[in-house]
Amino acid sequence: MEDLVSVDNLTFSRGDRLIYQDISLRLRKGKTTAIMGPSGIGKTTLLKLIGGQLRPDSGDIRFKGESIPGMGRKRLFEVRRQMSMLFQSGALFTDISVFDNVAYPLREHTNLSEQLIRLLVLMKLQAVGLRGAAAMMPSELSGGMARRAALARAIALDPELIMYDEPFAGQDPISMGVLVKLIKELNDALSLTSVVVTHDVTEVMSIADYVYILADKQIIGEGTPEQIRSHQSPLVQQFLLGRADGPVPFHYPAENIAQQLLENY
Amino acid sequence: MNSRKIEVLVGLFVALAAAALIMLALKVADRGLSGNGETYILKAKFDNIGGLKVRSPVKVGGVVIGRVGNISLDDDDFTPVVTLIIGKEFDKFPQTSSVSILTSGLLGEQYVGLQPGFMLDENDVLKPGQYIEDTKSALVLEDLIGQFLFSRNND
Amino acid sequence: MEWFARLGRSTLQGLAGLGRAAYLLVGALVARPQLKNIPLTIRQMYVVGVQSLLIIIVSGAFIGMVLALQAYTVLVDYGAEESLGPMVALSLLRELGPVVTALLFAGRAGSALTAEIGLMKATEQLSSLEMMAVDPLRRIIAPRLWAGVISMPMLAIIFSAVGILGGQVVGVDWLGVDSGSYWSVMQAAVEFDEDIMNGVIKSLVFAFVVTWIAVFRGYDSVPTSEGISQATTQTVVYSSLAVLGLDFVLTALMFGTH
Repeated sequence: MEDLVSVDNLTFSRGDRLIYQDISLRLRKGKTTAIMGPSGIGKTTLLKLIGGQLRPDSGDIRFKGESIPGMGRKRLFEVRRQMSMLFQSGALFTDISVFDNVAYPLREHTNLSEQLIRLLVLMKLQAVGLRGAAAMMPSELSGGMARRAALARAIALDPELIMYDEPFAGQDPISMGVLVKLIKELNDALSLTSVVVTHDVTEVMSIADYVYILADKQIIGEGTPEQIRSHQSPLVQQFLLGRADGPVPFHYPAENIAQQLLENY
Repeated sequence: MNSRKIEVLVGLFVALAAAALIMLALKVADRGLSGNGETYILKAKFDNIGGLKVRSPVKVGGVVIGRVGNISLDDDDFTPVVTLIIGKEFDKFPQTSSVSILTSGLLGEQYVGLQPGFMLDENDVLKPGQYIEDTKSALVLEDLIGQFLFSRNND
Repeated sequence: MEWFARLGRSTLQGLAGLGRAAYLLVGALVARPQLKNIPLTIRQMYVVGVQSLLIIIVSGAFIGMVLALQAYTVLVDYGAEESLGPMVALSLLRELGPVVTALLFAGRAGSALTAEIGLMKATEQLSSLEMMAVDPLRRIIAPRLWAGVISMPMLAIIFSAVGILGGQVVGVDWLGVDSGSYWSVMQAAVEFDEDIMNGVIKSLVFAFVVTWIAVFRGYDSVPTSEGISQATTQTVVYSSLAVLGLDFVLTALMFGTH
């Protein structure tokens, strides 16, 4: 199977803090890949690395075989037109309407007539079920609707790769269901390659074709959802089942409690 | 806010700024639309220019016809040379005209007063760059007081 | 030893910040001005220009009136009330128009620009543009920069004009200076190129600096609520200091030599 994106021996640190140490993963074409892990380990950073917004310390990231860190700014902008990212907050432009938001990439990157753009925008909005909200401003949308509108914008240019950054975070069960359905449908209907970064285990296990679990700067487990469920690593199991204590301790590292409590006596 | 309304308001803003600039130009600086700003230069040597400054006005009978453009010292005889920038429309002064450095009011600014002379010949007008021969220097207060005291002593 | 290290560190940080600011400026200005950007710039002119009009007009009127009142009380002792016109006009055109407009602009529009861009950063709108292969310097920064540079001199002209009219209201209509001498003495003293245009040039320089600081502070802000509030404060403080400092330099260059 062909890889759309491959990450090889990537090391990345922010300031003095090491975020990834020598990780490798690949996103297979036409499949949905999930990257899971506890909060605060820099999963979003990985997407930014793939998008070329950050540069790795060492290692390589290839999009269709072409090294992203090695690209010039111009080439990078060309390549970015084939990818698209759904940000956690939606990141809609707050100063223009939903319709104009979705039309934005089309107006920016194509010379289509305004009529054709209207047609395309309405179709994209229909796909996410927000055709009726076209005239609304982003501030008038609920969180789930904003994310769907952002999704419509993300697919406006029919990208090959779409990256979802925590698409389910902070959503009510209904919006979550809608988003799960949308991601799956879009992936199948448009034969997109999707990568979903999340810590919502159940939702993502239902749509992912392949799963990577990141923890402690490394990939601690990978495989299809079934393989992951029966994974040997206690860390993976703790994550999947959501146990409070385990290899990832409940307590943030601290000195002995008895000692600390008695310190002032 | 739709973009049409914004365009109209920004247009009004630009128009307001233009109106303000025109008001400043016409009413505050009195830059008439007729005077196209073309000028020519005359020069004059004085013994003493007193407090004359660059951009002091040049007046004929109280009418401003130009400004002092430059003040320098002649290399040969060390007398001040004043360059006068005169409006193009005032280009018919006879060569016998005289200039003097005058003071507006008792403590006012100093300016150059031009006294047109007799026109002897049609060709005797001052040409651009020409020196005006007949000049009267500025009155310096200290000299005046000195003269006054001197003449008192003689009485 | 520690003191030197701190000095070195803050120097390096300062230089790095300056470099980033220059990079932003080059990126925003060198990015070919596109036709698509004109509607965006007009929109921003509405935000920074039209919406600042009220404060500019009201302040201009009051400052002109105060100037006339203050100058009159001094001038009348010397029987020089007719100099009220040039006094008011020259103060406004050369100094107060450009400077006060720039300070008000920094407080009214500059801080808003910083906060807006900072929030765009916090809500990932800037990142999102990058990922859409759109340079945020072009879509976000350039229109705001241009709008500020165009709007502020216009505001300064309006400020001065309104101030001179305000001076007339107090000087002529209230204190009884002769209307003819108010205007004619002013006309004799004010030069279009020397006074009005130099004021406009000053204002252009201030506009450029204030807007640059405002967009850079927003773009470079730490995208948290604390970081944005800090950036907004810095915009107002830095631009006010820059305006006053530059005003001295420009005044010395324009009016100081003769």
